[in-house]
Amino acid sequence: MRLDRQVNVDYLTRVEGEGGVEARLSDGRVLRLRLRIFEPPRLFEAFLVGRSFEELPDMTARICGICPVAYQMSSIHAVEDAFGIRVEGPLRELRRLIYCGEWIESHLLHVYLLALPDFMGYPDIFAMAAKHGEMVRKGLAMKRLGNRLVALLGGREIHPVSPQVGGFSRVPREDELKGLLDPLRRAKEDAMEAATWLGKLDLPDLERDIEFVALSHPTEYPMNEGRVVSTKGLDVAVGDLEGRLESRQVGHSTALRYKLKDRGPYFVGPLARVNLSLGRLSPDARLAAMESGVRFPSSNPFASIVARMVEVVHALDEALDIIARYEGPPISRLPVAPRAGMGCAATEAPRGVLYHRYRFDERGRVLEARIITPTAQNQEQIESDLRAYLPELATLPEEEIALRCAALIRSYDPCISCATH
Amino acid sequence: MALGLAASRRLRVSVHKFTSCDGCQLSLLDCEEELLTLAEVTEIAYFAEASSSLLPGPYDVALVEGSISTPEEVRRSQDVRAAAALFVSVGACATVGGIQALRNGRDIEAMKRITYPRTALVRTLPASTPHSVHVKVDLEIPGCPPSKDQILEVVTRLLLRQRPRLPSHSLCLECKRRGNVCVLVSGGQPCLGPITHAGCGALCPSYGRACYGCFGPMDDPQPGRLAGELEKRGLPPEEIVRRLQEITAGDESLTEVAERYKGGRQDP
Repeated sequence: MRLDRQVNVDYLTRVEGEGGVEARLSDGRVLRLRLRIFEPPRLFEAFLVGRSFEELPDMTARICGICPVAYQMSSIHAVEDAFGIRVEGPLRELRRLIYCGEWIESHLLHVYLLALPDFMGYPDIFAMAAKHGEMVRKGLAMKRLGNRLVALLGGREIHPVSPQVGGFSRVPREDELKGLLDPLRRAKEDAMEAATWLGKLDLPDLERDIEFVALSHPTEYPMNEGRVVSTKGLDVAVGDLEGRLESRQVGHSTALRYKLKDRGPYFVGPLARVNLSLGRLSPDARLAAMESGVRFPSSNPFASIVARMVEVVHALDEALDIIARYEGPPISRLPVAPRAGMGCAATEAPRGVLYHRYRFDERGRVLEARIITPTAQNQEQIESDLRAYLPELATLPEEEIALRCAALIRSYDPCISCATH
Repeated sequence: MALGLAASRRLRVSVHKFTSCDGCQLSLLDCEEELLTLAEVTEIAYFAEASSSLLPGPYDVALVEGSISTPEEVRRSQDVRAAAALFVSVGACATVGGIQALRNGRDIEAMKRITYPRTALVRTLPASTPHSVHVKVDLEIPGCPPSKDQILEVVTRLLLRQRPRLPSHSLCLECKRRGNVCVLVSGGQPCLGPITHAGCGALCPSYGRACYGCFGPMDDPQPGRLAGELEKRGLPPEEIVRRLQEITAGDESLTEVAERYKGGRQDP
């Protein structure tokens, strides 16, 4: 007798944005598979045309409520690339610091609110908190600290107001930042502990042949700049990235999908970064990675949850270092002179490589905008992983298959509003 | 029974996403410890970003994020309305159409072509609109993002079966209270504070820059007068239009004034 399975997740829960998945299996063969993304497009690339470069950090932040700093950083660096501005010293460090805050906040949102209920057997953090109150509270306290860091530098956690082309509209005083040192140290202990027990979760074993792609920097863990490299030998300047990609529109996704030309799907995000820059993690983050029991580099997408926590440890370490040596810069913002031309940048959003390219007229008005987001890039890889995972699940009841597929998709921490923008 | 809410039992709360960046739902998730408390004192019946347990209506309070930008969303807004005793629009997208209302009045097909090679596959309405255009809305919380304090204020009042009160005055009052030097009068920057809803705590002026209006216009904002003032101070018409049409581009009072400045025409 044939064993047929039909899986429909109409609306993925505990992810950002609107998506679903449908699959049909027959005798363990995948006959049909669709990662559906039905988030309505907001048409950012169209309405940014005609706007001033100065508005880009405020406007592109609105692509995503969870990772607005990422949009501000990628857009600002792209403008600076076009205008020939180079920001160094304390202002560059402050950019890293606010980005650390966002990584912490976003990763903890994922780990505690979105992903953990899958592995602990609860529908949500509320039910989980009733049984594991202390664990949840520790997680939320760390998350709150990430938010505090973003709010102190940016004015607020969501859609910060201070990041600007050339620097910041306001920089923090030393005493404001130093007050964060003790809470950050305490949070780091909690984060290291969390990385260890997350590694002990019964994560599904899905070893895959994956091309991981991330920025790479000679001396730093990748964040605001670097070359685009992969675990299979890709190594290009950011300016050459777009030329290496092919995009495709399909009927079941309002987000364009990406592959590497002549190579195929690829994976961006925390697991890609940890895999590619293991040696540039802080010593304690490396220790946390080791003690987690997950062997990095790992090609199991489910290991992403541990990679996220390892990055939280790293971001806390970086934040501690930056604050400890912080001396207020002489000016908060370098002078900015617009000029006609093209500029592009990629930074590492919490969910992976975020690429922006703009063409400006001589007064710095946008003539063309192109934004390639982490989740848009991951779509092909997610489908490819599901295709490999589904045959293993073929004998399970359909509801159980649906739950496990959703958990795999969730491990990418998809940001679907971003993907479609 | 105030506000049409049942007096005795736990409130059933639902959270819904429409066209948006998710920031309003995140404001709720960022309540962290208070969020856990909220889950104890209410029944969070439907909140897809937070929970896999999705219970059908009726709901006492529906918190609605995002604007209406597809035909399907028009129907879904009506469904939420039918299921909810109180329909609360949260944030700039739900209350005025959001930044994506920058499409309104433009050639939507041409805009789609900029991103999509096959535009027919993407269903979208020519305008992004607030829920109030399509259904009766009971309460509105402004802001992009709305402040956590305002969301908690609204929810707490509803728990007490009281009508929530949000400030209707301009940002300038908050700014004065913080003791900021005026960025418009003294700093010469094109600040939208005088016409913008209070609620953020005058964040931008406190961080050394002009307010860009992300809380939207307050009651009776008179944007024409502010635009005239900015014009007198030498701001080119093109920039006046951009200032007025950004995060809350769908607001009618702002659109009306912006239209007058388009094509470089001056205020008559």
